[in-house]
Amino acid sequence: MSEASAIEATATSADASENPRGVWREARRALWLLSRSFSSVVGLVIVAIFLVLAILGPYIVPYPGASTGNVDMSSMLLPPSMEHWFGTDDMGNDIFSRVVIGTRISLQIGLTITLGAAVIGVPLGIFSGYLGGNVRRVIMAFTDLFLALPSLVLAIPIVTVLGPGVTNATIALAIVWWPGYVRLVDSKALSLSKEPFVEAARAMGASTLRIVFRYMLPNCTSPLIVKASLDMGAAILAAAGLGFIGLGAKAPSPEWGAMLSVARGYLPTWWWFAVFPGLAIYVSVLGFNLLGDGLRDIFDPRTTSQ
Amino acid sequence: MPDHVARVAGLRKTFQVPDGPFRKREVTAVDNVDFTLERGETVGLVGESGSGKSTVGRLLLGLLPPTGGEIVVLGRDIAALPARQMRSLRRDIQIVFQNPHTSLHPRMSLGRAMAEPLLIQGGFSRSEIRRRISTMIDIIGLPEIFLGRYPHELSGGQKQRLCIARALMLNPKILVLDEPTSALDVSVQAQILEFLRSLRAEFGLTYLFISHNLAVVQAMCSRILVMYRGQIVESGETRQILTDPQHAYTRRLLSATLEPTPDARLPVLLDSG
Repeated sequence: MSEASAIEATATSADASENPRGVWREARRALWLLSRSFSSVVGLVIVAIFLVLAILGPYIVPYPGASTGNVDMSSMLLPPSMEHWFGTDDMGNDIFSRVVIGTRISLQIGLTITLGAAVIGVPLGIFSGYLGGNVRRVIMAFTDLFLALPSLVLAIPIVTVLGPGVTNATIALAIVWWPGYVRLVDSKALSLSKEPFVEAARAMGASTLRIVFRYMLPNCTSPLIVKASLDMGAAILAAAGLGFIGLGAKAPSPEWGAMLSVARGYLPTWWWFAVFPGLAIYVSVLGFNLLGDGLRDIFDPRTTSQ
Repeated sequence: MPDHVARVAGLRKTFQVPDGPFRKREVTAVDNVDFTLERGETVGLVGESGSGKSTVGRLLLGLLPPTGGEIVVLGRDIAALPARQMRSLRRDIQIVFQNPHTSLHPRMSLGRAMAEPLLIQGGFSRSEIRRRISTMIDIIGLPEIFLGRYPHELSGGQKQRLCIARALMLNPKILVLDEPTSALDVSVQAQILEFLRSLRAEFGLTYLFISHNLAVVQAMCSRILVMYRGQIVESGETRQILTDPQHAYTRRLLSATLEPTPDARLPVLLDSG
């Protein structure tokens, strides 16, 4: 990816002065298009709330100590009340505080997995689609090999080998997540490589790296943003799944999946223990999916031309 | 020899196309084509869709590797050229494509698109690039404020002017025009053709004009090559070919042209085979 920025740096005067305004105008247009669909506004609001909680969470919760492994047997497993909105858990900690503090962990994991997968998958896909021939055959065969296995099933042995923990779970999920990006970018790059403007670049003598990063990549961003947004939800879910089966984050950590795995033993009597972390997973995944669908509508030229 | 800017001899190009799940079939797109381009002339390459005329243009630019034969551009055999020299040869031969709507990077401002060939070739200072852009935007008759705009804000004719400008930024000697007007409105077509004609004199260009439109070719070209199924079946002076066609295919091509006359009927094709 450093090649792209190096080329970026050589850009001259001609567009530099106009671009920021163009970007701002496009962003406002995108927001306007998004605002026309109710569900994508809901998605945007949910995602925005979770982002704010991820940044400010630990500083605004009523019981900041709830995530550090405190034990207070006197307030163990209290039902939801004005004092403890989501009730308390088996260690007497405030579940609301834990869920909010856990937002940062889940979003961090989701973002890292998505970015990691994109960093591996996008270059592979774009070279595969542009170069074609044997390069494409090898890359796609390798990708299909990974795609043939369910990602979680592949991630579990990888975490087992690396050892359980948040970092290793993230690494494992990024390793199994990239093939989707190769598939997406490959098909896009394949059609772009036949576009006359790419051929014109070749006629001007542009190098392969320049064509790939300056001509093809900017035209792949729309489907990538949509996929990344949808994947954020799926990655949060997968990370919670690994936490639930004990391969991700571990018990005192307020990660939602790990909380659920402890809470499972307390159902159905102490329902609030499991329901609120579960709801946090559910709502955040829903938010990212709704936003992704809304973005898909924005980037689809057939809807924008109306 | 001295006045040949390009010479093509025995040019062949075959493509492998899948024929059923396991077999491949070889399709010959260009078969034993010879021609030369003289300095300053406009040569028309006419033929129906699929006759291989666009493939010849791409081969001449080195965008496709030839299967056989020789392509000599300005004294250099492009098949034998190492990558670095191939890149510098691109200063001398450029192409304008059929569809201006897809020939421009949709997210690149016009100024940037015009700077791109100079940046790719390298060795131009910023002030030189700016000077060339402002000269060229004058020549194509667009106001300078367009430099910050994006292709979707332009009309088809304006886009094609920009494509021509981009191709001329490096002062090439040869310009391959691959049906440059067929995607445009009739009124705009005439403008672009007139523009191309004035550029030829101004820049001392040699054109290879690929087209299926005989009226356009008649207006532009001094010499015509007629292509049919990958081969050049007839060549000669424009007037001679249009008034006295020798080859059966050329005659069919001519009789398929619709004349804008009040009592016009659908054309009667001379030979159906």
